[in-house]
Amino acid sequence: MDFLFIAQQTLGATIGVNTVIFALAAIGLNMHFGYTGLLNFGQAGFLAVGAYSVAVSVETYGVPLFISFLIGILNSVIFALILGIPTLRLRADYLAIVTIAAAEIIRKVTRSATFNDVLGGSDGISGKFGKDFFDFNPFKSGLETSIIRFSANDLWVVIVGWTIVAIITFLMWVMVNSPWGRVLKAIREDEDAVRSLGKNVYLYKMQSLIIGGVIGSIAGFVYALSRQSVQPDNYSTALTFFTYTVLILGGAARVFSPIIGAMIFWFLIVFIEQMLRQAVTAGYIPEWLIGVNQVGQIRFMLMGLGLMLLMIFRPQGIFGDKKELALDARA
Amino acid sequence: MQERNNNSAEFFLNVELAPGSKKMDPILIADRVSRNFGGLTAVDVEHLEVQRGAITALIGPNGAGKTTFFNLLTGYDKPNHGEWSFNGKNLKDIPPYRVAKLGMVRTFQLTKALYRLTVIQNMALAAKDQKGESLLRSLFPFTWRKQETEIYLRSEEILKKFKLIDKKDDFAAALSGGQRKLLELARALMVEPELIMLDEPMAGVNPALKQSLLEHIKDLRAQGKTVLFVEHDMDMVMEISDWVVVMAQGKIIAEGPPKSIINNQEVITAYLGAHHDAELDENSESMASKNLKGGVNQ
Repeated sequence: MDFLFIAQQTLGATIGVNTVIFALAAIGLNMHFGYTGLLNFGQAGFLAVGAYSVAVSVETYGVPLFISFLIGILNSVIFALILGIPTLRLRADYLAIVTIAAAEIIRKVTRSATFNDVLGGSDGISGKFGKDFFDFNPFKSGLETSIIRFSANDLWVVIVGWTIVAIITFLMWVMVNSPWGRVLKAIREDEDAVRSLGKNVYLYKMQSLIIGGVIGSIAGFVYALSRQSVQPDNYSTALTFFTYTVLILGGAARVFSPIIGAMIFWFLIVFIEQMLRQAVTAGYIPEWLIGVNQVGQIRFMLMGLGLMLLMIFRPQGIFGDKKELALDARA
Repeated sequence: MQERNNNSAEFFLNVELAPGSKKMDPILIADRVSRNFGGLTAVDVEHLEVQRGAITALIGPNGAGKTTFFNLLTGYDKPNHGEWSFNGKNLKDIPPYRVAKLGMVRTFQLTKALYRLTVIQNMALAAKDQKGESLLRSLFPFTWRKQETEIYLRSEEILKKFKLIDKKDDFAAALSGGQRKLLELARALMVEPELIMLDEPMAGVNPALKQSLLEHIKDLRAQGKTVLFVEHDMDMVMEISDWVVVMAQGKIIAEGPPKSIINNQEVITAYLGAHHDAELDENSESMASKNLKGGVNQ
């Protein structure tokens, strides 16, 4: 078994592009679910809106890339308004139903043959829409060390990506520790009580939905740019549930938990996959038990097992406060 | 304190002892407010005036519509008909948060402490006009820090009065049921209300805390605030209220000072039924036992 290769792959994934994307998506979800108690099951929809806004604006309509970011943010605000206006006055579960359906509607529309010319159908859009971004890449060659490797483009995406994560995390930290954040947390606990104290709960919930959604769409920008392509099926409900996994791994309502959660998530996925793959190839695991082609599925099974154990032995997540969670039982 | 009490009694010197009577200086006026749930009329209040600066109790048997009436007045529920006003301002179609902002703050029958916020955060949340509660300003702490310090000072002052100061950094969920009731009242005061509406403030509170809650409520009157409360604990009603309004089956059936209410035949009927003091005769007794036997046989 090539342990150096395993370490290289695992480390690369732990701080890599996917980790950045999932961290950003989970930061947005943390705003919704962790701080405000909004059950958003359509975070993938916000990522899709961000990703497609960039790809379609640049590739189909020839809009400059940096303007397409503004379009993406504007679109995600509109998407949040469409989701929020009818549902935020209602009980929490209605938002869950509407968001999961809306995200699926977006995916189905983007992959439909009707809009093939604009949205690219089920193949999505591939091209060079990230050119303007990569033109700024100061790295002429990639990072090539014995334990970590990035191509020149990935290195640029990762550095810009982590910078964005750092800035947004800092802003989140300021916001959730402000009186504004206090109102959000209070809404999570009991919105009727907050109303009785003279706060416009609907407005705060809408602000939270929009901010978390915009952060989600920024994750979508990174997703699209890093691959220079968008594909509808990348934005399925599985993406939303992975984002929840990341958030719960780290512990909801903690500013750093999305980052740590995303790192652990990708560390485990890649580590388990590489270990299994090498073990099968080297013959440590017999072919009749796990074939090379089954490794991809098995890693999710093991991941699921790990999550179950986490929920049993550390239900508050890595960063969560067990005392706080026990209180939630409303004893 | 005593003097204040006398004054409150004076408010009612010339008030008629009848449902819907006119008050000297009403802070809250409700007119033909009704609410149906399907075929059931939960609330059907012809007219009610609540005197400013006094403690008014709203009593009635279970299912009389007291809490529903509270919900209607504070915007948590919408009536089928009716108008009501607070300080002369019509409150029809005004959402709950604006009702609170106007100075009419309520508490809930099932205490709504914000569990995963600390006691002091519960208090600070309720403060009015904190600039840092706007999204944009939240990003610039220097715009609200000073105000936040003032709010914390005021919160601590009130918490001291309510003897919750030792708990200020505990999560609200860690408080006992009675302490949560105290916290809810203390928190309502942070909104600086003119009218405080308490929905069963004594439910589940032990006798020692009860006494301190009573004192706090009397203290509110001394500060010139108006209190309207729903309560089943008759000792409390008798002890602190200046005026009692009785509801039964959605309607107001009697009004008056506490002493007049306990002897009011209609009130006794509403609570205990029309034949509560009639002796059981031979006939009805055998009916009852027959029913009982029938039940056993089944």
